[in-house]
Amino acid sequence: MVAELLVIAIGAILINNFVLVQFLGICPFLGVSKKVDTSVGMGFAVIFVMACASIITWCVQYYLLVPFHLEYLQTIAFILVIAVLVQFVEMFLKKSIPSLYSALGVYLPLITTNCAVLGVAIQNITKFTGVEMSFVKSLVYGVSAGIGFTVAIVLFAGVRERLESSDVPEFLKGMPITLVTAALLSIAFLGFSGLSF
Amino acid sequence: MFNSIVVPILIIGGMGLIFGVLLGVASKVFAVKEDERIPKIMEVLPGANCGGCGFAGCSAYAAALCKGGVKTNACPVGGEAVAEKIAEIMGVTAEKKEKMVARVLCNGSPDRAVQKYYFDGPRDCYSAHKLGGGEKMCAYGCLGFGSCVKVCKFDAISIQNGVAYVNIDKCVACGACAEECPKKVIKILPLRSKYTINCKSVEKGKITRHDCQVGCIGCGICAKTCPKGAISISDNLAVIDPAKCVNCGLCAQKCPQKAINKVTPEGLVRPEPKQAKPKLTPEQIEALKAKKAAQMKDQSQPAGQKEKKVKSEQVKADTKFNDVVKDNIAKEAEARKAGAAISREMDKKTDEIDSTQEMEAQK
Repeated sequence: MVAELLVIAIGAILINNFVLVQFLGICPFLGVSKKVDTSVGMGFAVIFVMACASIITWCVQYYLLVPFHLEYLQTIAFILVIAVLVQFVEMFLKKSIPSLYSALGVYLPLITTNCAVLGVAIQNITKFTGVEMSFVKSLVYGVSAGIGFTVAIVLFAGVRERLESSDVPEFLKGMPITLVTAALLSIAFLGFSGLSF
Repeated sequence: MFNSIVVPILIIGGMGLIFGVLLGVASKVFAVKEDERIPKIMEVLPGANCGGCGFAGCSAYAAALCKGGVKTNACPVGGEAVAEKIAEIMGVTAEKKEKMVARVLCNGSPDRAVQKYYFDGPRDCYSAHKLGGGEKMCAYGCLGFGSCVKVCKFDAISIQNGVAYVNIDKCVACGACAEECPKKVIKILPLRSKYTINCKSVEKGKITRHDCQVGCIGCGICAKTCPKGAISISDNLAVIDPAKCVNCGLCAQKCPQKAINKVTPEGLVRPEPKQAKPKLTPEQIEALKAKKAAQMKDQSQPAGQKEKKVKSEQVKADTKFNDVVKDNIAKEAEARKAGAAISREMDKKTDEIDSTQEMEAQK
């Protein structure tokens, strides 16, 4: 059981990293990765939202949609759940951690329509990891997907902070060099695909 | 029919309803009390988030205003207009504030200031500053890699001819550049005083003169010239007291190093670099000599006793002047030799540092 969970976690964090291998959630990945501090905050927000989203969507799927044969409404139902969750997180942060709220700023609503979160929810249902996902497994998958996102965005923010003070050719300044860097990071992460259990 | 239409509508609709109620409750539970004046002040403020007021951004300043104990005229971007509006919202009378502007206290472009090495690292002032204090022989001058340009949110600073230059129309004196500069060569000074001593070197006059053509050598001519006594010399550096300055410009005219410049909206009125006299060909020299001799002849024939006396005095003075000039040239040559020796030493040192770094890298 533990070994199985570990395989799922490592698979989500490294082998099938949501950002760098599956290319989901690129928008906040590029938007909030200018500073390491804010990217860590964003990463934790995503971990929290992904964990909650995988639990609730799992329940919605198996207690509401499957019994009534409504699997075709999956996408709409999941988006509804995720949007509500993000709204809730936003309110919670504004009340309890205002500094994090002001740091994440306009990017927090980005998680609302974030394909990475929807991706976790749908992959939990479609046996993406190759095994039938139980409640606990889908929770672990959600959390480790969030950790994978955090790892990717924090690494990338570190690289971007160094890029700020380096001598970049004029035509590559700004977004071009950022995208090139993201691509190189992605190639590096492809190396983990050799890790098979 | 019932199962395929009504049930899905009920389920999804029900989910939406439950979530909506939940969010509604949460918004009441997690409601944050905000001062009514904060959004009003936010509307008045420029929204540049420059931090010139001393707070993290415009919203932080607005919050601090409502808490109390903060002046209404702290925003350097909005100036008096914004200060009046804030005072209106807060219900107090506005205080007047003098318009300030950032100034770069260096005019040592590469053709004027002596370079001790060529810096080939990251184009950023901090990196250059770490390697022997930068490229320039002068340890106080502007490095010219534009760290201040990067932090300026108002596009007011540019690097011109290797030295930072502040556009006083765009500058709002937020102080971000002065904070960023590793040499601390940017100062926030009142706009009213137009003349600035564009030098920060506190070295002795001889060293400053060797390092830079436009450095302040602390000769004190400006202090003696100033009719208002606004200039004082401390640590071999002249300082203008902006409160006393009347913008007469006499100091800039008299400065032998041309270190004092006028700040205008069009730009700093900077002295042109001294140009070397073109070398004359031997024929031209001959022609000039012949011309001079002819003039002497013309003048000597009709000249009377008195005039002759005056002329001989003039000649004496000329020769004396020539001697002084020769002396100066010799001194300068010596200084140059000394400078070359120093720069060679510096080269050696940097080489050593490089080689040790390589050794470490290999390890």
